[in-house]
Amino acid sequence: MELLYASCVGLLVSCGVFLILRARTFTVVLGLTMLSYAVNLFLFSSGRLSLNQAAVLGYSSEYADPLPQALVLTAIVIGFAMTAFVVILAIRGRSDLGSDHVDGELPDENKKVKV
Amino acid sequence: MIQNLTFLPVLLPMLAGVILLMPPLGSKITSRRITSVALSAITFLASVVLLLKVQADGIQVYAIGDWSAPFGIVLVADQLSTLLVCLTTLLGFVCTLYASAGDDEKGSFFHPLVHFLILGVNGAFLTGDAFNLFVFFEVLLIASYSLLMHGGDKKNTRAALHYVILNLVGSAVFLIALGVLYGVLGTLNMADMAQKVTLLQGDDVYLAKIGGLLLLVVFALKGALLPLHLWLPNTYSSAMPVVAALFAIMTKVGVYSMMRVYTLIFGDKAGELSHMAQSWLWWLALATITLGVMGVLASKDLRKLTANLVIVSVGTLVALVAVQSVEASSAAIYYLVHSTLVTAALFILADLIGRQRGNVADGITAGPPVSQPRLLGVCFLIAGIAVIGMPPLSGFIGKVWLLKATLNAEYTMVFWPLYLLASLAIMIGVTKAGSTIFWHHQDKVIESVEQTRVHPAQLTALIILVSGAPLMTIFAGPLSEYAIGAATQLHDFNNTIKIILLGGN
Repeated sequence: MELLYASCVGLLVSCGVFLILRARTFTVVLGLTMLSYAVNLFLFSSGRLSLNQAAVLGYSSEYADPLPQALVLTAIVIGFAMTAFVVILAIRGRSDLGSDHVDGELPDENKKVKV
Repeated sequence: MIQNLTFLPVLLPMLAGVILLMPPLGSKITSRRITSVALSAITFLASVVLLLKVQADGIQVYAIGDWSAPFGIVLVADQLSTLLVCLTTLLGFVCTLYASAGDDEKGSFFHPLVHFLILGVNGAFLTGDAFNLFVFFEVLLIASYSLLMHGGDKKNTRAALHYVILNLVGSAVFLIALGVLYGVLGTLNMADMAQKVTLLQGDDVYLAKIGGLLLLVVFALKGALLPLHLWLPNTYSSAMPVVAALFAIMTKVGVYSMMRVYTLIFGDKAGELSHMAQSWLWWLALATITLGVMGVLASKDLRKLTANLVIVSVGTLVALVAVQSVEASSAAIYYLVHSTLVTAALFILADLIGRQRGNVADGITAGPPVSQPRLLGVCFLIAGIAVIGMPPLSGFIGKVWLLKATLNAEYTMVFWPLYLLASLAIMIGVTKAGSTIFWHHQDKVIESVEQTRVHPAQLTALIILVSGAPLMTIFAGPLSEYAIGAATQLHDFNNTIKIILLGGN
């Protein structure tokens, strides 16, 4: 289970980083979403992975740590709000700058040749 | 009321923001302005009362919901954090006052957003819990995103997009760092973390080190330290100057968090992990100062110049944080207050000068003369002398103090020459800007510049900020004593932990 979990987080992070580096607002937003999924999973695992454990002390000898679950909940809420904001900002950037590139214009590779 | 005093600097801006969003205040701009300025003044007064109480009675710990540390979230008001809270609320008051002259009408919800920003910054200064620090960072960030877009144009949208994306990635890294640290230490209360770090063994030490250094990345991004500083000049110079003046405190949140984390959690007592960030911080700080100075010399307008001065001040502060001694920290605290006030004053001056020079705005080129040269010139002179660090103003005191504090540090031979050369370069940059703007005029005035005078509210705000430097010089004695007290408290590991975890018994 640990291996599966860790590779899921790793895969999500690498997809996220790859997409963020694409330099188009749509892919960047997707990348940020991927990254925040990975972070949420990672935070969840910081309380150690266990199955069928009570989250309350005293009900069994082993217990699941409830704090990371609270942290993940907070992180999800904040991440959701931030994603909503960046989506609106990306739409505004598209209409203000006339391009969905994060710099507002395409890097012109032929510029030097033309000059 | 009095036992909840510690919570007021967080609670009051939140209530202020909510009140300002209420319908009765939504339609009438005058009543909204008066309410906003009055509420920020009340917040400032509450912070001053808290400061006096902390100075008299020592560190105040406020357990939210009466859940005691380390199980609940605590707010910790010590001398350092309350001083910074006072500085933030003062800046908030000045900026709401300044914006009341007309800047707040350029977009919607200026006043509520300022109060929410102050809520986030105050919370970040006061909290004693690492995850709560993240939450307050997000609060201040989302307010700053919207303020950055306030009254903006196309250039603004691009800067905002970069700023938002960078900070979202920063937040993800922050959460990963907190996850690693929680996994290893089993707690997020900073005092408890400091205690648990001393007990780490084996592989856990390296995991904690990874977590700690990831935190450094986040704080370096917020504080605009070298490789992660690229967002700052564009962001600050494309924001409205009054917003940029308010943002002067935000880089300091990053520096403050570094001070807390690397002095308390990974400080003297952390065994193998003590001072782990120091070797990084030194060189990054030096490189930041160098690059900031180059920016100062290359700036084409006054706002960019000030933004680069912010970068230099961050570099200086981080160098002092890296020294990790009581004297260096006290110099850092004095310099922090000074540099925040002066850079805020310069941003506001750049705005006022720009308004009176027509199309040239605040560009450092010959242009039409300003219509109030005496007022603006004298203010620029005072702010300039302070930011360069020439005697007799507070910049000089701060500079001498920080040179003295770094005398016995490891890399003095590199730091002193570099810092003094940097000061010389800043002097050249600022004098060139001042003389060009005030003395070089275009021979023939092509366009008729509309004669704008400084609005009384703007004037009051400007005078409060500019008088900061002379006042910090006159009251340098009590202020430096306070800074030394705050630094002693910051470095007093055992006492802090005892007070936070055991309620002082």
